[in-house]
Amino acid sequence: MTTTLLSGRRSARWIMKILSTLGTVAVTFLGLLIVTFLIGRVVPVDPVLSVVGDRATQAQYDAAYHALGLDKPLIEQFWIWLVNVFHGDLGTSNLTTRPIAEDIARVFPATLELATVSIILGTAIGIPLGVWAAVRQGKLVDQIVRVVGLVGYSAPVFWLGLMGLLLFYFKMGLISGPGRIDLSYEYDFTPVTGLFLIDTAMQGAWGAFANVFSHIILPASLLGYLSLAYISRMTRSFMLNELGQEYITTARVKGVPEWRIIWGQALRNAAVPLVTVVALSYASLLEGSVLTETVFAWPGLGQYLTNSLQNADMNAVLGGTLVIGAIFVGLNMLSDLLYTLLDARTRNRK
Amino acid sequence: MSMTREWLLSDAPLSRRQAKLGQAYRTWLGFRTNGLAMFGLLIVVVLVLLALFAPWLAPHDPLTGDLNTTRLLPPLTEGYWLGTDDQGRDILSRLIYGSRITLAVVALVAILATPLGLLIGTTAGYFGGWVDTVLMRFTDIVLAFPKLILALAFVAALGPGIENAIIAIAITAWPPYARLARAETLTIRNSDFIAATKLQGASSARIIWKHIVPLCMSSIIVRVTLDMAGIILTAAGLGFLGLGAQPPQPEWGAMIAGGRNFLIDYWWVATMPGIAIFVVSLGFNLLGDGLRDVLDPKGQK
Amino acid sequence: MSLLDVQNLYVTFPTRNGPVDVVRGVSFNLGRERLGIVGESGSGKSQTGRAILGLTPPPGSARADQLSFEGTDLRNLTPKQWRKLRGKRMSMVMQDPKFSLNPVMAVGKQLMEVLRTHGAGRAAAKQAALEMLEAVQIRDPERVFRAYPHELSGGMGQRVMIAMMLVSQPDLLIADEPTSALDVTIQIEVLRILDRLVAERGMGLIFISHDLRLVSSFCDRVLVMYAGRVVEELKASELEQAKHPYTQGLINCLPDIDEDRHPLPVLDRDGAWAE
Repeated sequence: MTTTLLSGRRSARWIMKILSTLGTVAVTFLGLLIVTFLIGRVVPVDPVLSVVGDRATQAQYDAAYHALGLDKPLIEQFWIWLVNVFHGDLGTSNLTTRPIAEDIARVFPATLELATVSIILGTAIGIPLGVWAAVRQGKLVDQIVRVVGLVGYSAPVFWLGLMGLLLFYFKMGLISGPGRIDLSYEYDFTPVTGLFLIDTAMQGAWGAFANVFSHIILPASLLGYLSLAYISRMTRSFMLNELGQEYITTARVKGVPEWRIIWGQALRNAAVPLVTVVALSYASLLEGSVLTETVFAWPGLGQYLTNSLQNADMNAVLGGTLVIGAIFVGLNMLSDLLYTLLDARTRNRK
Repeated sequence: MSMTREWLLSDAPLSRRQAKLGQAYRTWLGFRTNGLAMFGLLIVVVLVLLALFAPWLAPHDPLTGDLNTTRLLPPLTEGYWLGTDDQGRDILSRLIYGSRITLAVVALVAILATPLGLLIGTTAGYFGGWVDTVLMRFTDIVLAFPKLILALAFVAALGPGIENAIIAIAITAWPPYARLARAETLTIRNSDFIAATKLQGASSARIIWKHIVPLCMSSIIVRVTLDMAGIILTAAGLGFLGLGAQPPQPEWGAMIAGGRNFLIDYWWVATMPGIAIFVVSLGFNLLGDGLRDVLDPKGQK
Repeated sequence: MSLLDVQNLYVTFPTRNGPVDVVRGVSFNLGRERLGIVGESGSGKSQTGRAILGLTPPPGSARADQLSFEGTDLRNLTPKQWRKLRGKRMSMVMQDPKFSLNPVMAVGKQLMEVLRTHGAGRAAAKQAALEMLEAVQIRDPERVFRAYPHELSGGMGQRVMIAMMLVSQPDLLIADEPTSALDVTIQIEVLRILDRLVAERGMGLIFISHDLRLVSSFCDRVLVMYAGRVVEELKASELEQAKHPYTQGLINCLPDIDEDRHPLPVLDRDGAWAE
């Protein structure tokens, strides 16, 4: 059969693509490591002083200087640091006095849960809005979606968070305030995945589930709104492009109902680039979470990072930066690969 | 008036200046029909005017207030229309002076990041080969970083302050300009007029700056304008985290952070600066959108 | 009664300088015959075809004194009534299968979609689709049925397109430049298939092309369009007797294998033709 031949050719191309993506990712990771390392070296805070204190003698200082490896050439320091990083050792936090990798592993599920709920909200609402705007191009709906998007692009998320808290929590009492969960519910379940919505639901702790939900709904809606702004805008532009294609005319000539043309044919073709858009906005939610978590006292990676920043805990800052950067690069790569996978069928259109 | 209009819209311009002015006028005519974009332009113009005439427009001293008499006055108090903060300072006056900081951030980031992006992008595109590979690989690495996180790390390293915040934002802002400039350069570097200039013995630097850069400008301007809202938001975010402008500077993001502590009882302290940030970045977004429609109809993404 | 009756058809597009008519008062009658419409790019021939199917792309609009298909007035149909006609009674083959086939849908599914939309069962639709693929001389219908459009060559793609548009046995087929995206050698093959199927099924065909010789060898009657108007209508066999200077110009432009022509003749356009 020719299909095997075709799929053979396809998988060869696939392997090439994966290899080249991996190469790019390796270089980008190396760049990420170098930049992070260099930022750590130019920092005006003296790392020795933070270890020995400022009343140490010169001998103590020199000993610590040597122990930290600061007398070695920069490139060797980088190498040592690199080896440590690859062993999962990001150093020790001055603030929590625990290994940074451990700290990050502990706070990460909170951020993951927040970002995931946000992207679900943003995608589930953003894509239909974008489709609707494209179908009714230039009409009132289109204008409204455009303004909704522009507001999302223009409002500072930390301020929206404060306003939301003021309105829905302090004034109206509709939702729970800062934090992930109220103290009284914290012992109703055992964290397994660290994603509280899933943990509570799996263990049937519905009271705790409701509490977690009322905590997450506002920050997730805000972050979801930010991704909605981007996703709906991109969906609109992809859909406009697809709806102008000749195969849409073909479907109309065939007598296919308009709703099937829009949701079945055009959106399915637009789905290819949309997947990358969703992956990218998922990555950018990690970024948005830094400010949002600060406002909502959300015990995640973003709050860990800003806490460390404010306490001049440079190792922790670099560790957090590295992890977020790595996830960012990883998601970028993933969206790239997904595009290739889905695009294999549409290649000959470009 | 109509004479000028005819001269501008002439199909057969007599001089290069007339052609250029006519082109600008036609762009303006297209832009003017876009109501939202005009609204954006209005906001930006008002911002510039506020910043220029802050000392004359602000009713009170932005940095010091009277702790005994004017502390935490609500909005619509006579003489303090947007209320006062916990230090007794008039919020309206602080917002007006704060527009100077916002404008300075936007302008300085544009001045730092645009030439850097242009230089790297046009050089990579013009020379091609390994120069291109190295420069673009570097650009991609910076682009792969989450912007706010990178800016945070830089500010953490350089120390908090508005100057460092500006530098950090500029460092994270240039890669898209470099990519754009490279793409534009690739489309024009093999044109006949570039070849003609080369034959006349022009140096590469001269070709890039005199011939390629001007052609990249319109798409770069659109992109920079669209990015300004993001720059304002990032600067405000850094200020909110205490890493940007330091107190008692009336930076809007820092003002929100200051008002956060009395959010429940004195809501206006945190609300007013947020509205200011929102309106200004909306203005830049609308302006950028409108500019893109008239200057760069192809790049509708 | 004729199959299609078009009287005084106008297609209008709004532009910045006011509305522009791209089709201006086109009238013709079509029985179960082969009618060619010839004209250069922008002459309005494609928009005439699309207007008949009610597919004038927005913001354009079409109006006519009479536009009827087997007695049905096409001018004020609801979307639902249109859907009943399109695909089942009238259909259209477009220029380039690379763009006119849905890239992410298997060929078989696209063929079946026509029948399924018009109420056929799954098994019957599949059967009919496979038979139709065989009818357009595709050697391995099962394989093509499962293939995606990018896995097909241009000629195969256009055969699939023809199969898709004929599978529901319509009475009217509009072929809008069906061979101009194909290699010359494949053009003839595809035309022969189209020719045979149209003859076998006794349908009406509107063949839109810029190629006068192709149209005259393939059709019974020819309409020559220029700047949105029909400037001449003649029998394909009487091409030599064309009266309009534009048609004569087109005929004179045709190369002749026995003759060495220098300089090559060019069309002298007359502003009055567009009036």
